[in-house]
Amino acid sequence: MTAVDVSTGAKPKPVRKARSGRTLPMLAVLAVLMVVWYIGAIILNSDRAERQLNRGGDDWGIVDLIVEDLTMDRPVLPAPHQVAVELWNSLIGQPIDSPRSLVFHASVTMTSTLVGFVLGTVLGMLLAIGIVHVRTLDRSLMPWVIASQTIPILAIAPMIVVVLGNIGFTGVGPKSVISAYLCFFPVTIGMVKGLRSPDPMQLDLMRTYSATTGQTLAKLRWPASIPFLFPSLRIGISLALVGAIVGELPTGAQAGIGARLLLGSYYGQMTALWAALLVAAFLAIASITVVGLVERLVVRTRGGHA
Amino acid sequence: MTITMPAMDRQHEAGDGTDVVAAAGLGVTFQTPDGPVVALEDINLTIGRGEFISLIGPSGCGKTTLMRVVADLVSPTAGSITVNGVSPDQARLDRSYGYVFQAPALYPWRNVLRNVQLPLEVMGLPGDQRAQRAKAALETVGLAGFERKFPWQLSGGMQQRVSIARAMSFEPNLLLMDEPFGALDEITRDNLNVHLLDLWARTQPTVIFVTHSIPEAVFLSSRIVVMSPRPGRVLRVIDSDLPQDRDLDIRETTRFLEIAHEVRMALREGHSYDD
Repeated sequence: MTAVDVSTGAKPKPVRKARSGRTLPMLAVLAVLMVVWYIGAIILNSDRAERQLNRGGDDWGIVDLIVEDLTMDRPVLPAPHQVAVELWNSLIGQPIDSPRSLVFHASVTMTSTLVGFVLGTVLGMLLAIGIVHVRTLDRSLMPWVIASQTIPILAIAPMIVVVLGNIGFTGVGPKSVISAYLCFFPVTIGMVKGLRSPDPMQLDLMRTYSATTGQTLAKLRWPASIPFLFPSLRIGISLALVGAIVGELPTGAQAGIGARLLLGSYYGQMTALWAALLVAAFLAIASITVVGLVERLVVRTRGGHA
Repeated sequence: MTITMPAMDRQHEAGDGTDVVAAAGLGVTFQTPDGPVVALEDINLTIGRGEFISLIGPSGCGKTTLMRVVADLVSPTAGSITVNGVSPDQARLDRSYGYVFQAPALYPWRNVLRNVQLPLEVMGLPGDQRAQRAKAALETVGLAGFERKFPWQLSGGMQQRVSIARAMSFEPNLLLMDEPFGALDEITRDNLNVHLLDLWARTQPTVIFVTHSIPEAVFLSSRIVVMSPRPGRVLRVIDSDLPQDRDLDIRETTRFLEIAHEVRMALREGHSYDD
C-alpha cells in the first residue's frame, strides 16, 4: 500500500504565536488609553475643581488643580485609579449578597443573560430548522425575523417588561425574554446558512441511502452547520448581555448591572457608573471566551477541522 | 485477505435470470428556462448480474444522467426502467445499490471509520455490527489501520477508496460509479483500477462505471456502452473478450488495442470528436 501516515505530521500552531505576539500591542493601546483618560479627566473636571478650590481662597497653583481634578469626590470623568478603587471596594469589599456588591449585580445580570441566551439559541435553531425544511416558512417567516430586528430594543423593552409584569412575570422572566429576542436573530441567520451548506453530492448521498428528512438533518445538515453556529453564538451571547442590561433599566432598577448604571447616572455617581461599565465589559469578554472554549472542544472532536 | 461479507453469497442470486437493470425506450427531458433539453433519448439497455459495464462518451452525452436514473436521483420522462426487477424508486428504498460519486463526498467531521459507517447508521444497524462491517469494507479497499484518520489526513486516492468502502459497507449487489477516478492523477488511477478489478473479482457485484477514458473503460469492463451527445443515445454496445484476470500489462496487447480502437471508432461515428 502506498499509504502514508500523515497524522504524525506536525500541525502548525499559528494560534499560540498570534496570542503571545498580541500582548505587547494590547498593552501599548492600554497605555495610550490611560494617558488619554487622565488628560480627559483633568480637562473635564477642571470647572468643578476650580470652584472647589476657590472656596478655600485663591491661593492655589496648577499642581493643586490637577490633584483636585484627579481626586475629587464627584468628578465628571473619574480618573482610572478612582474607578479601580471603586471596583475593588464594590467587588471585594462587600458581602456578596449586599446590594452594594457588584458581584451580586453581575450575577443577577448573568442569570438573565444565560437564561435568555439558551432560550434565544433554542428558538433561533428551531426557526432555522423550520425555515430550511418548509418552503412556506422560508417565505412567511424570514421577513418577520428580519423586521423584528429593526425595532429598537429600547422601545420594545419597556413594553415587554410591562406586559409580562401584568401577567405575573417579573425579575428574570422579562429580562430573559428581551435577551432571547436579541439573541435568536444571529443564531437563526447563521444556522439557516449552515443547514444549507452541504453540497448537492453530500445530499444525494443521503438520498441514495433512502435517509429520512430527520436523518439527513441529524447526520448531515446539523453537523455541517456547526462551523456556522459558533460565530452566531458569540454574537448571540454578547447581545443577550446587552438585552439583560437594557431589560434592567425600566424595571425600577432594583438589581443588576443595568440598575447600577441607572443609579450612577441618576445620582451623578460617575465612578460607580464606570465601575459597572467595566464589569459589564468583563462579563461580555468572559462569556465570549467561554463560547470560544466550547468551540475549541467541539472542533477537536471533529478532527480539528471546524 | 479474508472477506466475510455476505456479498459473497452472490452465487445464490446469480441463477435467477432477472436483469439487474433493464431500460426500454428510456428518455429524460429536463425543463430549463431556455426550453426543454433532451438529456437521454430512447435508451434500450439490459445489464445482467455480475457484469462490469462502462458507460463512455463525451461530456453531455447523458451517461451520468443515465446512472442517476438508475439510482432514482433523476426521474425518467419517457420509457421504462427496472432495477433489480423493480422500479428505481423501490430499488433505492430497498438499498440495493451503492453510489460512488465523482468526488469522495466524505463528511469532513467524521473520521474514516464513521464515514464508512454512515449508511449503516442510516439503515439502523446495531453499533457492534456497524463497526465490524465498516472495518471489513475498509479492509477490502486496503485501508485497514486508517479507521481513526480524518478525511483531510488522506490523499485524494485514499479518500476515494474510503468512499468505495462506504458504498460497499452495506453490501449492495449493484455498484454505481460516476467517474470515481476522474479527478485523480494517472498513476493513482491505474493503481485504483487494478484494485477495483480485484475487488470486483472477489465480491462479484454488478458494476456500472461512468468514464470518459477509453483505456479505463476497456481495462475494466466486460461490456462497454458507447454513448453520443445531443440527445444522449446509446451508439453501440461492445463486448470485451479480454480474460477476467487482468493486469496493467494487458493494455499493451493487440486485443486490448483492437477493442480500444473499436470504442474510438464508435465514438467517432457519434461525431464525438467534431466539437
